[in-house]
Amino acid sequence: MFTAKPRRLTALVAATAAVAMLSACSAGSLGPSDEEGVTTLSFLVDNEASTVKTAEALAAAFSAANSDVKIDIETRPQGGEGDNIVKTRLATGDMTDIFQYNSGSLFQALNPQQNLLPLDDQSYVDALDPAFKVTVTTEGKLYGVPSGGAMGGGMLYNKRVYAELGLTVPTTWADFMANNAAIAKAGPAPVVQTYQDTWTSQVTVLADFHNVLTAQPDFAERFTANQAKFATTPAALRSFQKLQELHDAGYVNEGFASLKLEQGLKLLAEGEGVHFPMLTFTVATLAAAHPDKVADIGFFALPGDDAAGNGLTVWEPGAMYIPTTTTDARLEAAKRFLTFVASKEGCDVMAGASTPSGPFVVAGCTLPDTVPQAIKDMQPYFDGKKTSPALEFLSPVKGPALEQITVEVGSGIRPAIEGAELYDQDVEKQAQQLGLPGW
Amino acid sequence: MTGRRNKNNHWLSTVAIVVSTVVFVVPFAFIALTAVKDQSQAAELDFSWPRNFQFVENLVAVVEARDYMLIIAFINSTVLTVCSVALMVLLSAMIAYVLARRRSRWNGLVNFLVLSGLIIPPAVVPTIWVLQGLGLFRTMPGLILVEVAFGMSFSIMLFRAFVSTVPRELDEAATLDGAGPVRLFFRVILPLLRPVAITVVVVQSVTVFNDFTNPLYFLPGDDNATVQLTLYNFQSQLGTRYNLLFTNILLITIPPLLMFLFFNRRIVAGMTAGAIKG
Amino acid sequence: MTTQAIPRRRRRPGGPYPLWFYLPGAVVYGVLFLAPTFASFYFSLTRWSIFDHSFIGFDNFVQFFQEPALVKGFTNTFVYAVVTSVSKVVLGFGLAVLLTSRIVARGYLRSVVFFPVLVSTIGVGLTFTVLMNPDTGLINRSLALLGVEGPGWLTDPSLALLSVAMVDVWKGVGLATLIYIAGIVSIPQEYFEAARVDGAGSMGVLRHVMIPLARPATVTVIILSLIGGLRSFDLVWAMTRGGPGFTSDVTASVIYKQYQAGFYGLSTAGNVVLFVVVTAIVVPLFWFLNRKEVER
Repeated sequence: MFTAKPRRLTALVAATAAVAMLSACSAGSLGPSDEEGVTTLSFLVDNEASTVKTAEALAAAFSAANSDVKIDIETRPQGGEGDNIVKTRLATGDMTDIFQYNSGSLFQALNPQQNLLPLDDQSYVDALDPAFKVTVTTEGKLYGVPSGGAMGGGMLYNKRVYAELGLTVPTTWADFMANNAAIAKAGPAPVVQTYQDTWTSQVTVLADFHNVLTAQPDFAERFTANQAKFATTPAALRSFQKLQELHDAGYVNEGFASLKLEQGLKLLAEGEGVHFPMLTFTVATLAAAHPDKVADIGFFALPGDDAAGNGLTVWEPGAMYIPTTTTDARLEAAKRFLTFVASKEGCDVMAGASTPSGPFVVAGCTLPDTVPQAIKDMQPYFDGKKTSPALEFLSPVKGPALEQITVEVGSGIRPAIEGAELYDQDVEKQAQQLGLPGW
Repeated sequence: MTGRRNKNNHWLSTVAIVVSTVVFVVPFAFIALTAVKDQSQAAELDFSWPRNFQFVENLVAVVEARDYMLIIAFINSTVLTVCSVALMVLLSAMIAYVLARRRSRWNGLVNFLVLSGLIIPPAVVPTIWVLQGLGLFRTMPGLILVEVAFGMSFSIMLFRAFVSTVPRELDEAATLDGAGPVRLFFRVILPLLRPVAITVVVVQSVTVFNDFTNPLYFLPGDDNATVQLTLYNFQSQLGTRYNLLFTNILLITIPPLLMFLFFNRRIVAGMTAGAIKG
Repeated sequence: MTTQAIPRRRRRPGGPYPLWFYLPGAVVYGVLFLAPTFASFYFSLTRWSIFDHSFIGFDNFVQFFQEPALVKGFTNTFVYAVVTSVSKVVLGFGLAVLLTSRIVARGYLRSVVFFPVLVSTIGVGLTFTVLMNPDTGLINRSLALLGVEGPGWLTDPSLALLSVAMVDVWKGVGLATLIYIAGIVSIPQEYFEAARVDGAGSMGVLRHVMIPLARPATVTVIILSLIGGLRSFDLVWAMTRGGPGFTSDVTASVIYKQYQAGFYGLSTAGNVVLFVVVTAIVVPLFWFLNRKEVER
């Protein structure tokens, strides 16, 4: 067996290895190839189910109207791993023809001047909401097209329980805590938290930003310049303290440490949890999982200490970008696709594919009447101009460890003041990495 | 004297069997049980007998998920394991052979470098940087070479211990017959290293197949996923569909299980030989 | 036997053990392991992002030892390594003694104990995460049957790291047992007989024969499990990702998180720290344990 022809065996193994390696090289994705007269574009999106669905719907609708273009969807992980993949592919020149990614501080971290194509000359630029444009612009040039509706960060709540207990939507934090006390007496968990999905722990702190800006309008600029910190700015520290208060008062659901997002949404839908500090893109998830209960869910902004200053913290939508590596026919086709996305037809396709997370930021795009109540509840804030962008859209500085810090604060492991100090240390790394002056 | 010594201690045996079954077998039984349940019963996460046996449906669902990603993952993992282990065995045997046989001042240095490979944690980011320079980052050949580099130390140590048991007279006889070093190695030595080679192959195959960290860093991305990465990613995608998640775990446990059933004694012999002598 | 006319090739200079046999392996090993290890010393002193790097001296290290989150990872690593090492030595030895004594079904027991060593770490991590769920997990449910309220194994900040360590021991004790079995089995029978003749009972045999003579095995188990414990990543990542918060972070998961955040210089600094720590602990320990062996 082995003794017979060892050299041949080795050669055989080597040959097999070579063949296997060659075939393995071609396993995975091949670059898009151009068939006769048809340009194929590759489009990278994250692997969240509704994101993929929306991307596929847009691709299909565009190809239906433009038969000379075909679009292939590629997916990447969400969160930190996805961020890394996007940055690496851009740096190695290996990016798809179009890709979707966050706007704001994460967009800044992509080194846009070097890696992305400016889109200032496109027809739709004037139709874009100014608040959005800021988040995809650097050094005066615009680089991205909105990939969906804006999103609100605040409190999802169960209207049915509110009606049963005779509660009204609170406009101050004190009213909110009073509501919580009433709910706690009645039985359900006043506030839902889901720390097994660590990113959800940040929402309370981040969604409070409108209140921070109301108290200190220049916080974002001073924060970027290292002149204001969370731990030393009372209004900002309050955001962390609110999170701690919810835990200390015992208003958080039992088992919060091991619940995942979908399980938390289930509690909310069934009325076993009444408030859920969350971003509105999750309404789509809730609508898909509990279609009969979604009408029970409403939304209000995280209250501050002053009713007059009440307003919504808004997350601008992510954007679609074109890297500099896209050229010739593909560039042409990519630009046409982006024009489609930034049009009323594009908005309608997106609204049809999955529940929008909020109003669109392209002039002329409107939300269909069929959107869930929770989304409609956001409209008054936009109409009354009582909105502020979240911090990550006003400042490129965002520390990567925030979600872990907020888990600690929200679980009672670390007091709010320490959490804020820890976060200040964390953002220092990011600021230095970006080479910002003053750090 | 004989009575007490030769009789099996039945009381101790029973305790041992019961405790070992609870501690070591129950988790695997749980995996198997949950894998055959339907979604709602699986979500209860208890030890109940399945109401409907849904194993085939679960199997199909898992395999089909995300465009048959599991099949691609199995192919990738197999290619990775076969190629890296084959290469590792060859290169390590060559080094171990010369290291054990040749009296040279370099031996001390080489021994030190080999030992350091067992202790020193690989520096990930510089390795990525090197791979990028070679154009091998995020490619299968790149990951194969990385696995080879990281696995060589252990393999060399096992081979070296064994080479010393091959008598030098054979070398001399072959050289006298006019064999050059290459022929000497491949025709005389290597066949005699078969027992330890099999051990190395089995142990390193299991190690590379189960490796999670290296593909995570060096071959990220859905297309190139290995079986371990796919399982890890499924955790977020499958959410509360525990029946599918555990079917996946079950599938991934099968190759090592097969290795274990066939090569149990080899693994044992090889590990202990290398551990004690090394 | 006659000498045939095989041309005698002049191989004297190289000898039958040529140095060039080292070459292919050395190239792979050098380029992909040694070179990056050396490079890491330089890059750990820089601020390194995907797009460029700048020299900043020891700032990364200062940060590593000052930021509470990073320090926690460092201390956790020690705790984890020591706990798993000690457990594997004690349990491994105990199991080995059990499995080399006169009991039934030794083959079955040895297989069952060893099998977890071969199974995917991620698979084990995910399975135990499910089993350890505070409300729905099997472990707490079973404890509830006995009237005991099980803790939040992975959600209680003070328990999370130890729970992961427990699973690590579950998975790895089979290897320790195996090594010990080999060690015990190789003890010559004369020692046992001599001990019995001297009137030693089972405990005496254990203390005076088995433990001392299983020394080489103990050294091996300590070294191997210490190295593995200090470098541990897979299980922690699969079960808690360092959570809740930072309470179960170990150096390897900190390294990965910094890498994910794009702080490559800091991540590499973490690698250097790990390298120094592992070497500083393992090498003297190895020398110390083996030296005592020689002196005997």
